Order: sequence, then C-alpha cells, then structure tokens
Amino acid sequence: MADIQIQQIRKTYARGQEPAVRDVDLTVRDGEFMVLLGPSGCGKTTLLRLLAGLERPDSGRIAIGGTDVTDLPPRKRQIAMVFQSYAIFPHMSVFQNIGFGLRMQHVSRSEIQQRVHHAAELVQLGDFLQRYPSQLSGGQRQRVAVARAIVMQPAVLLMDEPLSNLDALLRLQFRAELKKLVAELNTTTIYVTHDQVEALSLGDRIAVMRSGSIIQVGAPMDVYDMPATTFVGGFIGMPPMNFLDATVVSANGHTTVDLGGQPLDAPDAVRDLAGGDVTVGIRAESIDVWDQQEPSTMPARIEVVEPLGADLLLTVSVGRQQLKLLTRNDFPARPNMPISIRPQQDKLRWFDAAGERVAPAG
Amino acid sequence: MATTTASKVIGDTESATTPMVVGQAPHWYTRLPLHIVIIAISVLWLMPTVALLFTSVRNIQDINTSLWWNLLWAPHQFTLVNYRAVLENQLGSVSMGRAFLNSVFITVPATIFPIVIGAWAAYAFAWIRFPLRNTIFLILVGLQIIPLQMLLIPLLRIFTQLHIYGSYPSLWIAHTAFGLPLAIYIMRNFMSGIPYDLLESARIDGANEFSIFLRIILPLTTPAIAAMAIFQFMWVWNDLLIALVFSGPTTAPMPVIVRSLVGQYGSGWQNMTSAAFISMLVPLIIFFSLQRYFVSGLTAGSVKG
Repeated sequence: MADIQIQQIRKTYARGQEPAVRDVDLTVRDGEFMVLLGPSGCGKTTLLRLLAGLERPDSGRIAIGGTDVTDLPPRKRQIAMVFQSYAIFPHMSVFQNIGFGLRMQHVSRSEIQQRVHHAAELVQLGDFLQRYPSQLSGGQRQRVAVARAIVMQPAVLLMDEPLSNLDALLRLQFRAELKKLVAELNTTTIYVTHDQVEALSLGDRIAVMRSGSIIQVGAPMDVYDMPATTFVGGFIGMPPMNFLDATVVSANGHTTVDLGGQPLDAPDAVRDLAGGDVTVGIRAESIDVWDQQEPSTMPARIEVVEPLGADLLLTVSVGRQQLKLLTRNDFPARPNMPISIRPQQDKLRWFDAAGERVAPAG
Repeated sequence: MATTTASKVIGDTESATTPMVVGQAPHWYTRLPLHIVIIAISVLWLMPTVALLFTSVRNIQDINTSLWWNLLWAPHQFTLVNYRAVLENQLGSVSMGRAFLNSVFITVPATIFPIVIGAWAAYAFAWIRFPLRNTIFLILVGLQIIPLQMLLIPLLRIFTQLHIYGSYPSLWIAHTAFGLPLAIYIMRNFMSGIPYDLLESARIDGANEFSIFLRIILPLTTPAIAAMAIFQFMWVWNDLLIALVFSGPTTAPMPVIVRSLVGQYGSGWQNMTSAAFISMLVPLIIFFSLQRYFVSGLTAGSVKG
C-alpha cells in the first residue's frame, strides 16, 4: 500500500519571502493518479519536490504508505521521478540510463538485464537500448526518462511536467500512452502540470493550486462542473467559464438577480448576499442560443465568430458584459447579428464577491 | 542547454570532430583576407621554432658562417651530429635519458594530483552548499595574482625542514599547489554548467554523493579535465624555474639539463638546439593526440546552459 498523506506542509525558500507552499493538506489514495494543476509559480513543483525529498519543508509531515518520510533522503522514500528536462545521462546508453538506479541499489546483473528490457518494451524503446541520448528524438528521450522511473518499481511515481518539452502532436500521442501505462502499473502517481487539458484527461483526481495553496481537489469532471472559486472556473476549460457580474435584488421574499435585462431566480444561498454583488458563472456549452427573439431570453449581439470544427465559438455581448458560448456549427452566425440567449438554469454557478462558490453547495 | 553541449562532446564523436556549418558555407574569397591574416600570424609564430629546428640539424661551422634558411638550398648541410652529442654524452650530473625519465617522474604525478584534488574541490564549489562557498572560491582564484617567485624561498625553507628538498615529492607539491587554482577554476565552471536535474535524478535513483561525482560528474567533465591535463602537463614539462630551485642533482628534469649544456660546453650552444627539440617531442605528441579536447576545453564553461 502506498497512499500519501501530506499534512500542513509549508516551504519558504528565502526568509521574508512568501511561502511557495503554505500549510497544504492532501491525501492521495493507493494507486491513484493525482494531478497537481496550477499556473506557473503556484507551488505545484515545490510540493512535488517536497514529496521527492529534494526540498526540506519548514513544517508539516509527509507519509508514504503509512511511513513518515519527512526526514528521509530521496533514495529511501521508494519514489521515482520524471523530470521536465528528462534528466537522462548524456554519456550513458539507453540501457545504462534505465539500469542506473538498479545498479545503485546493487541489483544483480541478470535481474537488471531482465527489468531494463521489460521497462524498455513498455515504453517501446526495445530497439534503442544501445543508442545514446544524442541519437534520440525528444519523444524517445522522454520515454527513456519514463522507463528510468518505472524500472525502479517505485511505491510512488512523481512526474514534473513530463510532456511540456514535446511538440503538440507528440504530446497528444504520448499523453494517451502514459495514461495506459500508468493504469497498467497501478502505481500511485503524482503528476504536475500547468496544462488543464492534460490534467482533465489524465487525472483520477485534480488538485488545483494557487499561490501555494490547494484550492480544490476532485474528480476532473467535478472540478470542471463545480469549480470552488472563479479562479478554478477560469483556469479549467477551453474556453474558460463565463463570469457575469450581477446585483442581488430581494423583494417580496423573492430573490432575483438582474442579468442583461432578464431577471433570474437566485438560489437561497445567494439571499444572504442581498444588496451585495454576486458573480454568476456559466460554461460556454451551457448557454442556449436562438437566431430570433424568444420569450424569457436575454437579447445579445454577436461580436466574433470562431469556427472550431464541430462547434462554433461565439463571443457575444450582453448589455455591457461579454461572454463566450459554444453552439453547433450549422448555427447561422455572423458578426453584429442580434440573437437571444438563455443560460441553462441548472448549470448556473454562483460566487460571492471574494470569488468563492456559494451555490450550488457541495 | 548544457546537456546537449555535453552530449555532443562526449557521446557523439562524429559531431565533435566535424566542423559545424550553419547554413551555406561562404565563398572562399570572402574569407580570403581572414585566411591571409591567420596564415601570417602562424608563420610569424612558427618562425623561431623553425629556425631552432633548422639550426639543430646543421653543424657549428655552417651555423656560424651562414644563416639558418640556407639549409633550404643547401640540403647537404643536414646532419644529426648535435643530436648524437646530446644523446650519447654524459651531460652534467645526469644523462639526457635519465633527465627524460626525471621529467616523466615529475610531470605525470604533478599533472594527476592537481586534477584529482581539483576535481573534488570543483564539485564542492559547484554543487555542495557550505558557508562562505563563494568567498572562499573568490579568494582561491584571486590569490593567483601572487607571483610564483615570491613563494620560492618560503617553500624552500619548508621543504628543507621536512627533509624533502631535492626529492620528487617536493616538486610534486610545488607544481600541485601552483596548478590547483586554475584547475579548480576551469573544472568548477564546467561542472556548474551540468544541469542540476541530472544530479537530483541520480540522487532519487539512490546514488550517494560519491557515486554522483564518479559516475555522472566526472564523465561529463572529461573535456575540461583533458584541457586542464594538457595545460598542466605542458607547464610542468617545460618548467625551468621550479625545477631549478627544488630539484636535486639526481632529480633534475630536461629543462635544467638543457640549460646546463651552455655552461658545460662553453660555446657549444648548438647542442642546446637539439636538446630543446628532444624535450619538445613529448608535449607535441600529447598536444596532437588530445587537441580535440584542448580546443573544446578552452571554451569550457564560457557558455552556460
């Protein structure tokens, strides 16, 4: 069993600076694929390095498989790591690279042979074992880095943006391979990325980080559907979630908000914000659109039309606010065209002035 | 990236030996002025050595009566009499053969010691955090401004007290001490260009500091080590001053013996020319066999990343 318990971990690089990781709690289940997602500088790589033992925390504890590893050096943590820069040794052949860790642990020659070949087959490098890194392509080098990690049969596999140095097509291909590989190995995996598409497609769960703190942990579709804050909603999804500012109006025991001339029923939780500002979030695909006037809709005007293949991405203005919506590609859209839109009521997400979601709860 | 630089130099011999041509090669005539200047400098630079070579293969009468380039149209002047004189006769306290061996006994350890010690120190200065690391490094490099000559007498006193004056170890210690700052400086700069990820990756794989140094850092530092080895070897092999001060009658290396030829034969200075050429042989062989590293090592550490 190799679950991970992170308790109140804090790391500050230099005195007087903001902590890179502030009092983070995180539990990763055995065999789970956890993605740490956030913009650059949010502390996700620092958290990974703390787990690896490459950094020492100021405070807090880390346990892997029930053993407190906070004070253990990297080599005693039963972890393996794939670096963003591959970090493979240029003076060693692919075979020597993959077998390096096993040699360091004094594994017998025959077992090294067998395990290196097995790992190389898994990442489709079986025919390249005698090559040197300078004779490999970027994708092949990344495979060597992955093989180096999995050959160790670690309790926990750590990956620091392993795909970010690959070109787009290769990234797409390798992403699927990686998902299959990790699923087969069933190793607890922590994967750091700033790419929300990668996070959504790979992770069993995603932990979204910002300014050294974890803001939300959940299954990819839950995080996408129910962002805990406007930051999460804006960071995850392409296009990002739309946010419309509105003012809460309470009259006759009925709470509504005014969105572009169309009053919307607000949930109970919003009532407490009466007289205050509220932010309404809605995903681009959760807005219905008509090319003519419809009852109980909002009038809007198309500003930009972007065909995306299967869908059209429309940028429309509603009153003084702008939002993006997706519609089927046969919608007769052209710039400056007046349209009617209606957000799907059950897809509305309500945030307070601080950006925290107040409704729906949970 | 330093990874690619290092891998080019070490892993891929093909790309290291073939010159890099970016885009289309320029026409030969656009490069002509540059080539003329380079050839002129080379000729100027080689002239004394060529004069020495020509002089060494003529007898003293010819040397005294005509200038050295006369050999070009009077090839019958060619003779190895000067070489025979140097190689066959006992010169001063030791023979030329013995002096050659002395030079080897002095130079080989005096090249290995500063590189071995310097590589460890360079690793520490590049990758191990300790208090005042940069200050100590600066002092180390800065102290090179103290002239060698100032240290001869204090060192002589120490060696006399230790009863090692005139022995090989005294020469090893002196050369190692004087060679270390440059060795540390060159290797430290080269090592700090190695991506830190490689060290961390090895550390996670279970390598301790010693393994990392031996299996990762040293192999990747080969170009700098080779360059340093050539520098130090040439310096020690050709050194006259330190050898003159610290070597004894039985440990004198070739430069000391070559110099003594004038005193020994009075006007027989023509023997010096052949002796000088014999002593140049080894550095020349070393240089040409390792020149690939020499060139790449000169720029080592100049570009980081």
